[in-house]
Amino acid sequence: MVEGQIPAEEYETGNTKHSWDIKKLKSKHKIISKYNYKKGEVQQGYANRTLYVNLSTGEIKEKKVTDDMKKKFTGGRGFGLKLLWDSIKPTTRWNSEENELIVTTGPLCGTTQYAGSGKSLCLTVSPSTDIVCDSNVGGFFGPYLKFAGFDAIEIQGKAKEDVVIVIDGEKGKITIETAPLEETNSHLVNEQLTHMYASEDTDKSRQKVSVVSAGKGAEHSYWGCLNFSFYDIRRKVCRMKQAGRGGLGTVLRDKKVKAVVAKVERFTGISNNPADPKTLAKVGTKLHKEIRDLDRQQCNMRAVGTVHLVEIMNEYDLLPTENYRFGSHKQAPKIFSPNFFKHFTKVIPDGCWHGCTMACAKTVDGFTVMTGPYKGQKATVDGPEYETVGCGSNMGLWNPRWILEFNFYCDTYGIDTISTGTAIAFYMEMYEYGILNKKRCSGLELKFGNFDAVMEFLHRMAKGDGSEFIKVASNGARRVKDWLIKNGWGDKQLIEDCGMESKGLEYSEYVTKESLAMQGGYGLTLKGPQHDEAWLIFMDMVNNAIPTFEDKAEALHYFPMWRTWFGLNGLCKLPWNDVEPANNAETDEPAKVPEHVQNYVDYQNAVTGWKVDKEELILQSERCYNWQRAMNVWMGRGRRKDDWIPYRSMGPVTEIEYVSRKDRYDEQLVEKLGLSKEKVGNMNVKDKMKILYSHRQNQYQKLADAVYYRRGWTQNGVPTPQKMKQLGMDNPEMLKMLQQKINEDEKAGLNVWGGKYVEVEKPPSNNPHYWEKWD
Amino acid sequence: MDKPKTVKILKFNSKKCDGCLECEKACSKVHFKSDEGSEKSAIRILKDGNSYKMHVCDQRGLCIDMCPVGALTRRKNGVVWLDKETCIGCQACVGFCPIGAMRKSDVRIEPFKCISCGACVRACPNDALELVEVNIDDIREVVYHKQGAE
Repeated sequence: MVEGQIPAEEYETGNTKHSWDIKKLKSKHKIISKYNYKKGEVQQGYANRTLYVNLSTGEIKEKKVTDDMKKKFTGGRGFGLKLLWDSIKPTTRWNSEENELIVTTGPLCGTTQYAGSGKSLCLTVSPSTDIVCDSNVGGFFGPYLKFAGFDAIEIQGKAKEDVVIVIDGEKGKITIETAPLEETNSHLVNEQLTHMYASEDTDKSRQKVSVVSAGKGAEHSYWGCLNFSFYDIRRKVCRMKQAGRGGLGTVLRDKKVKAVVAKVERFTGISNNPADPKTLAKVGTKLHKEIRDLDRQQCNMRAVGTVHLVEIMNEYDLLPTENYRFGSHKQAPKIFSPNFFKHFTKVIPDGCWHGCTMACAKTVDGFTVMTGPYKGQKATVDGPEYETVGCGSNMGLWNPRWILEFNFYCDTYGIDTISTGTAIAFYMEMYEYGILNKKRCSGLELKFGNFDAVMEFLHRMAKGDGSEFIKVASNGARRVKDWLIKNGWGDKQLIEDCGMESKGLEYSEYVTKESLAMQGGYGLTLKGPQHDEAWLIFMDMVNNAIPTFEDKAEALHYFPMWRTWFGLNGLCKLPWNDVEPANNAETDEPAKVPEHVQNYVDYQNAVTGWKVDKEELILQSERCYNWQRAMNVWMGRGRRKDDWIPYRSMGPVTEIEYVSRKDRYDEQLVEKLGLSKEKVGNMNVKDKMKILYSHRQNQYQKLADAVYYRRGWTQNGVPTPQKMKQLGMDNPEMLKMLQQKINEDEKAGLNVWGGKYVEVEKPPSNNPHYWEKWD
Repeated sequence: MDKPKTVKILKFNSKKCDGCLECEKACSKVHFKSDEGSEKSAIRILKDGNSYKMHVCDQRGLCIDMCPVGALTRRKNGVVWLDKETCIGCQACVGFCPIGAMRKSDVRIEPFKCISCGACVRACPNDALELVEVNIDDIREVVYHKQGAE
C-alpha cells in the first residue's frame, strides 16, 4: 500500500477472516452485577472519581477524587499507588483475595493534540516480585475510561467463573457479565468483544470500543501481560499494545477476568475540557512539525518504530546476544530495521492513541503464522519493537520471521516478550553448560537459536502442560534459579550471576556491563530492571558526561523522577527525547531536552489550569516515587539487599566474555586498579576476573550509597520520614511505619554505607543519621 | 466506487489583485459565519513586495493518510474534505501539511481548509481568482514512510 490515499474502507490486510455468531456468544452472558452512574464531564483533565469493582462480592461503586489526592499523587500511577495503599496489606501477594488490578489514566491522558498522550498505567502486586509493579501501555482504553467518567478502575476480589467487566460510557452503566464462550487469546477475544459492544456495525463505532485482555499464557505463567486494544479503521483489526512487565495479565486471569471493555459515545479534541485549548493546540502543533521535519534524520520512528535501535545497539556493543554474554553479533545485521521495514505496512497513521504522529506502533499485516494453534492463518502482528527484537538476539533467533512469530504468540497468549525472551535466553545458557538438558527441560532442546523449541515451549505453556520444567520455567528466571540450586544442578554462583533478573523481574534488553550508571538504572529501581526509569548508557559510557559518583547519583535522581512524571499524567516518554529540537545540542543540558521539558510545563498548565514550573514537575514525581519505595519497604522489601543485581549485568561472568573484551578489561586493571601492565600481562584470565569482580561489586555499592543519599534515603535504602514530610507526604501511618523499619535496620546494624572507601575516598556523609537534620 | 480523476483548485492572478481581502471575508463566512476573514479564512492573501500572493490548499491530499479517525477524505469531486463531526482535533494534519494550508482558528479545536467552493472567486471584485481543473495524479502527494533521510 505504498501509493496512499486509499479510502479507509478499501484497505485490505489479507488476514484470515473470522465469522462468529456474536449474538449467540452474547446470549450466554449472565449479568452478575450492574451499576448505573450519572454521566459527567471531565474537568481540566480529571473525571474526579474512580471506579471500584469487587468481583467476589459483586460490589460496584464510585470513589471521589479529592483535591488533596491530586495535590499529593497528581494522577495516573500516583492515583494507583494511593488506591493500592488504601486497599492492600503488607502481606498481600499477587493471588491474594484483596490484591487489586488497577488501570489509571492521568490528567493529560486522552489529549489528542500532543503526541504520546494516550497512556494507561496499570498496577498490581506482582507475582514475579511480590511488590507493586507498574506498567504503562498505549491503546484506547485509558482515554475511554476517563471519557466514560473515571480517572481509574480498581478491580478487587475474584470471580467464580470467567467474566467481562463492561464500562458503558454511552449508557452510563457498569456490568459484570459471565462470558463463557468467548475465546481467551487476545487477538480473538478483543475482536469478538469489540464487535459485540460496538453500538453500530461500523468501523467508526468499533473505534469507540477498547478491550483489555490477557491470553492463555497469562493463565499459566508469571509473565502475563495486559493487551490494550485500539481498533484500526483502515486495517479493520483490533490492534493491541501491551502493559508487559510484572505479570499484570497473570493477575487478570487469576481474577477470572476474560476482559474489561470500555466504550464511549463520542469524544472530541477537547473532551478533557482543558483550561487553555489554544495553548494546547499551539504546543502540540509545534511538536507535530518537529516530528515532520526531524524524525527522518533522527530516530526514524515513523518508518520503523523503535526497531531503529537494533543496529545502533549492535554497533555500540550493547545489543544483548546469547543471554547478555555479548553486545554484538556477526549475524545481527539480519535483524536490523531494514529487514523489518520490508514487512511493515506503510502509509497508515500508526499511533497507539489519536494524534500521536511519532507513530511508532508498526505492524506486519497478513503474516502467515507458522506454528501452534493458528498455524496457516494470516494475522496482523503488532510490532515488533526494539525490545522484542532484542529478545530474538538474546535467544539467537537471527531471523525476522522467527521474531515475528515469537511476537505474535507472546501477544495473543498474553505474555510479556521481554520477560519471556530474557528468561528463555538464561535457560539456553544453562542448557549450553549442561546444567539443563533435554530431560530436565521436559523434552525441549533449548539451545541458543532453536526456534522450534522456543515456540513449543510457548505452546505447551499456553495449554497448561503439567511437566515440571514447563511449570517452573513459566514462572521466570528467579524461580528457575531456585529450582536449579535446590536440585544441586550446577554451581550456585554461576546460576545467580547468569540469570538476568533483579527483584524477581527479568531485565529488559540492554547490555549494561560497561556502564555503572545504567547498572544503577536497572538495579536502584522501584519495580525491577526496566529501562523506563533511566537510560544513561550513552551519557555515562559513550559521552563520559557523568564521571563521578555524585554526577551519576544526580542523574539517577533526576531521570527516574522525570520519567516517572509521564506515568503520573498518562503520557508516553518517547516524544520527549526520541525527537529533539534542531538546536537541542547547543542547549545547556541537552540530555534533558530543555525545550520539551518546557512544552510539558505548558501542556500540564494548559490542561489543568495550574501554574507549575519545571521544578514542580519533578516534585510531583518525587512524592509518588518515594511513596512507592516506601510501599516496597512496607511489604518487606525496598532495601539494599533488594537492589542486588546479577553480576552478568556488571561484568564478565565467564572467561569467553572476558576474552571478548580483553583489551578494555586489561586496561581497567591498569588504569583503575593500579596494577602494572606487566603484571596484568602475566596473569591468567581467572585471576583477572576475580579482581574485576570485587572491584565492580564495590563500585555498584558505592553508587548505591551516593544514590540513596541523593534521594534522601537511609544507608539501607529506606525513604526517611523527614524526606517524606518535606515532600508533603505526611500520612501518619506511613511515617510511623518508616520510622519503625529504620529502627529495625539500626538494631540489625544495616544503616551503614555499602562501599569500601579507602585512602582519600569518602562516603556521601560522615553523619550516620544525616537525614535527622531535616526535621 | 469510481475514484475522482480531477479536482478544481484555486488559481491566482496577482496582477489583478488589489489586496481588498473580500475573498477572505467570503471564506470566513463559509467556515465560521463571520466576515472577519484573516485567521478564520482558508484562503489568505499576503503582501509580497509590491504585490500580493495567495496561500491556500492545493488539494494534494497528503493529510488524508495522516488522519487517525478517517475524517479526511477525497470527495467525489476530488476535493479533500474534513468532516468536522468525525475530527478529534489532533492537529496532525495541521502540523504535517507541507505548505501550512490546513488551518486552525482559536475559536474551535477542529481545523478547516479550502473546499474549492468558489465563494472567494465570486467575491473577488477584480476577477483575480478562478477555479481550474487539474488531474489528481499530477498533484497528489503521499506522506513519507521511508527508511532514512533520502
